[in-house]
Amino acid sequence: MLSFQLSREQEALRALARDFAKKEVRPVAAHYDRTGEVPWPVIRKAWEVGLLNIQVPEEFGGGGQGVLASCLMAEELAAGCAGISASIMINDLACYPIVAAGTPEQKERWLRPVCRDMRMACFCVTEPGVGSDVASMDTTARREGDCYILNGTKHFISNASIADYFVVFASTGRGLGHRGITAFVVERDAPGLTIGKKEDKMGQRAADTAAVMLEDVPVPVHNRLGEEGEGFKLIMGTFDRSRPGVAAAAVGVAREAMEQAVQYARTRKQFGAPIINHQAIMFMLADMQKDIDAARLLAWRAAWLADRGERNSREAAMAKAFAADTAMRVTTEAVQIFGGYGYSREYPVEKLMRDAKLLQIYEGTSQIQRLLIGKTLL
Amino acid sequence: MKIVVCLKQTFDTEAKIQLDPSGKISNENVQYIINPYDEFAVEEALRIKERLGQGEVVAVSIGGAKTEEALRQALAMGADRAVLLQDAAFEGGDWHTAAVILAQAIRGMEFDLILGGQVAIDDGAAQVTTRLAEILDLPQVNVVTKLDVDGRKVVAQREGDGATEVVEVALPAVITAQKGLNEPRYPTLKGIMQAKKKELKILGMADLGLDPTSVGSAGARTRVQSYALPPARKEGKIIGGELPGTAAELVRLLREEAKVI
Repeated sequence: MLSFQLSREQEALRALARDFAKKEVRPVAAHYDRTGEVPWPVIRKAWEVGLLNIQVPEEFGGGGQGVLASCLMAEELAAGCAGISASIMINDLACYPIVAAGTPEQKERWLRPVCRDMRMACFCVTEPGVGSDVASMDTTARREGDCYILNGTKHFISNASIADYFVVFASTGRGLGHRGITAFVVERDAPGLTIGKKEDKMGQRAADTAAVMLEDVPVPVHNRLGEEGEGFKLIMGTFDRSRPGVAAAAVGVAREAMEQAVQYARTRKQFGAPIINHQAIMFMLADMQKDIDAARLLAWRAAWLADRGERNSREAAMAKAFAADTAMRVTTEAVQIFGGYGYSREYPVEKLMRDAKLLQIYEGTSQIQRLLIGKTLL
Repeated sequence: MKIVVCLKQTFDTEAKIQLDPSGKISNENVQYIINPYDEFAVEEALRIKERLGQGEVVAVSIGGAKTEEALRQALAMGADRAVLLQDAAFEGGDWHTAAVILAQAIRGMEFDLILGGQVAIDDGAAQVTTRLAEILDLPQVNVVTKLDVDGRKVVAQREGDGATEVVEVALPAVITAQKGLNEPRYPTLKGIMQAKKKELKILGMADLGLDPTSVGSAGARTRVQSYALPPARKEGKIIGGELPGTAAELVRLLREEAKVI
């Protein structure tokens, strides 16, 4: 049985996200892109209407939604602004390891305030020397009595400057590779935890990105998520759930660029006709439309598998790589269709192009996704 | 306080209006919304109920299966229950028959106040709620920007040219909402999930006990002859050159071509 029919509630959530993006996100996108400020008023409103923490179970105050619902929301929000969308989606990413591996007491301790009091969480994997090769992590956690002592630096951490809870992955067994990685929740006031300066990024500038420095940070044993060595599995499990959402966000960015390009091509006249009637432009737009639809279907399939509790690593990787690459190509061509105007900051398409680039980099580069896909073929 | 809100599902404000090959308005690739003025009415009903701390808000609409979405949105915003008036016999009707159907449905309900939008953005007729009040023989205040409930009466404000009209009316009454009355809330995710469990009743001809000759094309008092899109606007003209020559040219064009001075 194959059906693309969304449930009534999913349709309503999509309509809500679209309306929210139109009224709350799009009008302020240029402002946050220019200033790089944290979009607090938008995050707060998203929290008020229930668009923050939508994947956290209802019993802890979250939205209780699945990955597909998250994709529907991500596409709409990212069409408004990918940076603001990312700021909103990060909480679900960071909370997932707690949802998956937390004890009932840990969930109560962290998920409840995240949902009830709008506490922010961040997901700390990347390091200065560790990007794609997660298993070679340098951050260490050394057991000392009832505590672990954490040392290391996490880099390019989304929402680090505004986070209350840091889901940190560290090595508890050097030399064990990915089997030595363990997850911890570190609270903001932990002694020895400091935040680096905010990154001045090319795109998605509304999304906060900063380094997290850990210097002899004592973390109580009861802040450990799952057992020692279960961290790598948690990272991968989180990515399997988050990558369809990133793919959907890429669809949103690409869709917005296409819509802008179509509108412009209908009104811009050259050689006596709207340029949309020139086949060179028409075919560019047709390719955009078909790749955007294909990307959305890949994202939905990967999400659907996750919601059914089935393994989706390969499908999530395919969706993420294809959608991010599509967003990059579509936004680049949208700039091309706008010509000189496209390159001007007065028009919105150059921002979409800058925003799109990051989609090919974070949560696993387009190359790492190909590696994941390729390994399944060996 | 029992409040009935009449709402209509319309095209999104950004929808591109096109005609299909048969000359009717095409609904292809169109997103639907609650008519924005009706959304003000829903919001106002919810606020009244919240202020009083008691009451019931019932959303009512006429339409097909698609219209359920609009009613579900009203439920997600906080309405207590919804009624969809749906029957193949309603097709081909007009504003009069819509008012007849609504009146028949609302007669069977308990209510103190009926709210609606002052106009629907699709046909811009501003007919149905007014006709509804006449059929039900209720007082009506239209195009309202402020509404206060005070016991068994309401005080409504209307904006006129340079003046505000304050109208006091005894309940039950019909009030139509104008932009400025309030800022509608979003249906929250929680509201969307709760709406799933709320009652949405579908009533047809038989349930309402309507006479078939009073609805649909049989009961309609108007008939649409044809639809036409507005003529394409001519391209603007930019006058190039230096002052004062451009000013003289502008005056000449305004006088001779536009004939406005």
